[in-house]
Amino acid sequence: MKGLVLGLVTLLVLAQAPRPASAFCGFYVGKADAKLFNQASQVVLVRHEERTVITMANDFRGDPREFALVVPVPTVLERGQIRVGDRALIERLDAYTAPRLVEYFDPDPCAPPRAVKLLAPGAAASMRRDQATERARSLGVTIEARYTVGEYDILILSARESAGLETWLRDNGYRLPPGASRVLGSYLKQGMKFFVARVNLAEQSQLGFTYLRPLQVAFESPKFVLPIRLGTVNADGPQELFVFTLTRGGRVEPTNYRTVRLPTGMELPAYVKEEFPNFYRAMFAEQVRREDMRAVFLEYAWDMSWCDPCAADPLSPGELRQLGVFWLPADGPGDRMRGPRPVDAFVTRLHVRYDATRFPDDLVFQETADRTSFQGRYVLRNVFRGEAGCEAGRRYRESLRTRAEREAATLASLTGWSIEDVRRRIGLGGGEPPEGSPWWRRLFGEPPRPGR
Amino acid sequence: MNTLAVPSGKTLVAPAAAPPPAPRRVDPRLYQIATLAGLLGYGVLALGLDVQPATAAVTLAGALVAQGAGAWATRGRFDPRSALISGLSLCLLLRTSSPGLAVVAAVLAVASKFVVRVRGKHVFNPTNIAIVTMLLLTSRVWVSPGQWGNAAVFAFLLAAAGGLVVNRAARADVTWTFLAAHAALALVRALWLGDPLAVPLHRLGNGALVLFAFFMISDPRSTPDSRAGRVLFAILVALGTHVVQFHLFQTNPLLWSLAACSLAVPSIDRLLPGRRYDWNAPGIGRAPERSLP
Repeated sequence: MKGLVLGLVTLLVLAQAPRPASAFCGFYVGKADAKLFNQASQVVLVRHEERTVITMANDFRGDPREFALVVPVPTVLERGQIRVGDRALIERLDAYTAPRLVEYFDPDPCAPPRAVKLLAPGAAASMRRDQATERARSLGVTIEARYTVGEYDILILSARESAGLETWLRDNGYRLPPGASRVLGSYLKQGMKFFVARVNLAEQSQLGFTYLRPLQVAFESPKFVLPIRLGTVNADGPQELFVFTLTRGGRVEPTNYRTVRLPTGMELPAYVKEEFPNFYRAMFAEQVRREDMRAVFLEYAWDMSWCDPCAADPLSPGELRQLGVFWLPADGPGDRMRGPRPVDAFVTRLHVRYDATRFPDDLVFQETADRTSFQGRYVLRNVFRGEAGCEAGRRYRESLRTRAEREAATLASLTGWSIEDVRRRIGLGGGEPPEGSPWWRRLFGEPPRPGR
Repeated sequence: MNTLAVPSGKTLVAPAAAPPPAPRRVDPRLYQIATLAGLLGYGVLALGLDVQPATAAVTLAGALVAQGAGAWATRGRFDPRSALISGLSLCLLLRTSSPGLAVVAAVLAVASKFVVRVRGKHVFNPTNIAIVTMLLLTSRVWVSPGQWGNAAVFAFLLAAAGGLVVNRAARADVTWTFLAAHAALALVRALWLGDPLAVPLHRLGNGALVLFAFFMISDPRSTPDSRAGRVLFAILVALGTHVVQFHLFQTNPLLWSLAACSLAVPSIDRLLPGRRYDWNAPGIGRAPERSLP
């Protein structure tokens, strides 16, 4: 009966995978055979003093009846503390902070120096209520509140103990993975409530959205924590999470994990332009491997007032306000036309690949006073193809091979790609190690890379 | 009495049956300076700590100048060792984008030794009180406990423990009691919450904790004089850390707890007296012998 209403949710597949959106702090419910492949979660955390606004975006593409999100929250949330956000704004923030490729064209070596700079923007990348409440109470579960917000039905649950909560969730169509009960119990004892959301199909069809919009919650709590433990229970591979923080002070960093800056500023072979997304994925994977998957990566830290180069236009104060930046005013008429203006907000983009072994604890953050600008930025230098018959031109052409070798080595080292493949791609000849390399390498060839 | 003739023609007198000179002890602070400097190098090169060379230089200079001024004002002898330890510790722990604030912190650290005393003894660990004061006074400084990571801890622990055994044995009690109490509290909490062991182990493996236990809480000049007092003190600091972390949800619970518990040290010393620490004769602070009845 209630199964019909709740969409016959029978099985649970955990959020696990790489790419934008999912169950950083909760899990999806779905049919096991549906083979739901959750993409990376994106979370926007806005924080000043103890006021926090969290926007959780997911790229869930399965049957909406199979979607459910369970998130521990520090307080009981009122109806007014929950709203549905705008996915386009998260996409804008993602694009604005994404690692970027910058392209330069070598000048004519025979002409007086004048650099031309071009920017290639970064690729980013009704059950009967009384009865239900009664049943809940008998299990020690309290339905603190029940709201319909946009296309979501939302419950705020508290419970005396995890067994009751687990039974209640199972009764209501959630199939919990083994191990979830333990984590639920831990959160309960820490005084957390549970925010449970799923899709109200009637509302969704009325609203006409074909995708699930982000959920946004606002609350006050001294805890500056992103609960990630529920999402790692039973996940059969590492998960991917992007955290965007917007603060007044400076960069945000985890206090219980190391933060590592993504390598930046390198010159790469020009062909990377065609495969920048591949490059970024490979480089990230390689950096994660080098840190033994024990670090959180800083990909961007910048004052929201400007950018250089801009991978996307900075967000207007009104747009930031919609993302939860509560200290900014709403846009007035025509404000968006006026272009970038100084805004009192600092953005940090953190990227983490995690599993339960290397990241057993939730992410605890702090805001620092560090306002140093940082971005993941990669440089392409296009060769001058003109005549250049002068002496400087000759020297320039001679320097190109060394430069190409250097760029190939950088690319191979950053991504873990085989240097031979890279050299072949840029026309340096595959098998031949470069001239400057040690004699033994020319004799034995390239050694196999460790760990692959 | 034997005499020895030497080529210069002078005569040396060999003392007969004189007691062999006591083996000269190397001041423990020199080991500490070397270890801290090594950690700073390791932190900057291997862990990518955000330490600007200019900031580090002015921090050390600030500490030394303050020490000089303090020595002059108190008509004492200028001894750079303790100031260097405070300066290096600040370089390791305190982050700021303003070199001026780093100097203020260094001066505060050294000044606390001269100014904040009870019965002639330091109340606070200089680095600890400087960091806590700066955190209270300005939002432009921070501490990055996560940057020490968890993987490097083993090597770290080894180096630190080795240093401790050799040099600071006189204060090992406070370090080990603190670590034991802290670990016990973390494990009890995990048992109560039903958390897997990985959660408390992750917290205990943090490099910042090791740094704190071996180089800050063990400061002989601000810990209680008697062994019983130090054990009590270490347990108090562990309890305070737990409260700050899990009930107040503040960052840097170790630093806040140590600063708060240091206020209790004069009372602990009165309750459980011991002999005052002397750098030249490190001892565990047994109470002066009393005549037996």
